[in-house]
Amino acid sequence: MTYGPARALPGDQIRITTNPDTEPFWQAAKEHKLTACECGECGHFRMPPTAVCPECGSRAKNWPTLPGTGTVFSYAICNKNPKNGEDYVYVPVVVDLDGAPGTRLNANVSGCDAEDVHIGMKVVVDWTLIQDDWVLPNFRKA
Amino acid sequence: MAWVNQDKCAIVGVGATDYYVRGKSWPRTINDMAAEAIMNACADAGISHKQIDGFSYYSTAGAGYLDKFDTASLMETLGMPHISWSATLTSGGGGCPGAIGLATAGLMNEDCTYTVTLMALQQLPQHRLGVVFGSAAPNPENSFLQPSGLVGPGHLMSVLARRHMHLYGTTQDAFGEVVMATRANTHNRPKAVRKEPLTKEQYDASVMLADPLRRLDFCLETDGAVAVITTTMDRAKDCRHKPAVVHAAAHGGQREWGRAFAWMGMPDPHFASSGHKFTADRVWAQSGLSAKDMDVALIYDHFSPMVLMQLEDYGFCEKGEGNDYVLSGKLRYDPATGKGVNGGTPVNTHGGNLNEAYIIGMTHIVEGVEQVRGTAINQVKDAEFALVSGGPASLPVSSLILRKE
Repeated sequence: MTYGPARALPGDQIRITTNPDTEPFWQAAKEHKLTACECGECGHFRMPPTAVCPECGSRAKNWPTLPGTGTVFSYAICNKNPKNGEDYVYVPVVVDLDGAPGTRLNANVSGCDAEDVHIGMKVVVDWTLIQDDWVLPNFRKA
Repeated sequence: MAWVNQDKCAIVGVGATDYYVRGKSWPRTINDMAAEAIMNACADAGISHKQIDGFSYYSTAGAGYLDKFDTASLMETLGMPHISWSATLTSGGGGCPGAIGLATAGLMNEDCTYTVTLMALQQLPQHRLGVVFGSAAPNPENSFLQPSGLVGPGHLMSVLARRHMHLYGTTQDAFGEVVMATRANTHNRPKAVRKEPLTKEQYDASVMLADPLRRLDFCLETDGAVAVITTTMDRAKDCRHKPAVVHAAAHGGQREWGRAFAWMGMPDPHFASSGHKFTADRVWAQSGLSAKDMDVALIYDHFSPMVLMQLEDYGFCEKGEGNDYVLSGKLRYDPATGKGVNGGTPVNTHGGNLNEAYIIGMTHIVEGVEQVRGTAINQVKDAEFALVSGGPASLPVSSLILRKE
């Protein structure tokens, strides 16, 4: 099928909330730094951030700045804006993050036609301003 | 080792309301529909609903995804004098057949004598399941999913289906065959919502809602209620019908599946799976049986690709071979012989969530009971064992094997 350009969903319709476990991720995003939660003891990465390392049980956390690149692990092609039902081509992607083995983000990809998105495609982070002055990591075709 | 509670309990009554297209059950209330299903199930069992003294829910006692059952309200509605068991499995629809295992726990602990498992749902506009993930208020956990616009379960499942297609060469033709093979079982079912035979051309023309999934890959959105009564084998012998014996029951799953498509962190090969391998292995270990011993399989079918992936996880075929298994016609039921086709095990002889009705898995239990009683509309000849599955969803998912008495 032919869909045409993939666009990120409009930031003004997106809202997030945080808690003390997840807030460092979103604070870094405000500075356009992509991070992931790394165990301060054993170095295991986990996303979304949680209170305790599932590998070693430590509560110590590091928030390293990642390269901001990744690889499409899977995706869907959607064609209606979920907020208002209007025609809107967007591609939700599950992205394996470089520099943080085993972690993924769910985001939108742009910079290509929707039908050209494929598993294994290299992507680079693309920041979207959303409600309440938070910033969402989306991705563009690398 | 055989399960300690093997063949100690049985489902003795099944009951349902009519099945309504989403939103069409109003002005009935959800407790009205729940009460009708419970009373019908008790009548089927040959007991009074006032003998019910246990409630074994799933989906965190959810009625749909926003309403909740409350045991005290149901007692008040139905006049049950006392209860001594009120429990639920957590998470969502994945626990449906596992709730019969929960019932068994209450019965074998002598907490209760007759326990009901039920689901009722009414999808008024503000309660629509199809957008449940998107309409939920953002919380710190779903803030890592919702902004991607994966708002409906169909969106989420399409991402898993895409990975399966990538890894194993699975085709949309196989998803279509799941829908067509099970649609062929509803033409003679008075209560089914979709009864017209489905052609490949009609399937291919179905609108693409979340590429690679079409509207017809999505299950129905239904209002209605279903209840089943479970009791001990000694009491079951006094009930109206032959008992549907609880031969094995398991719920749970492994961390690699976890929150599943509410998370998307599953490593391969779990990502492109149904998350059922763990509970599948448990019910096979409990029973000493395997997929080839099942006479009929009632597989939770909220989305057609997840049927294919469950068939792999339960071992009806090898991992990655679901496409060929499905396309060889092995899901189909042959009414002429009362058996499967091409050496396969008939799947969803009631039409399933895709075609008959979607009461979050309960119709699969009802069909399993009717098959081992020998009273199913599309009866599998000499059916001795029926497999019932619930999920794929966030853990727990669950499985049940019913045996003919």
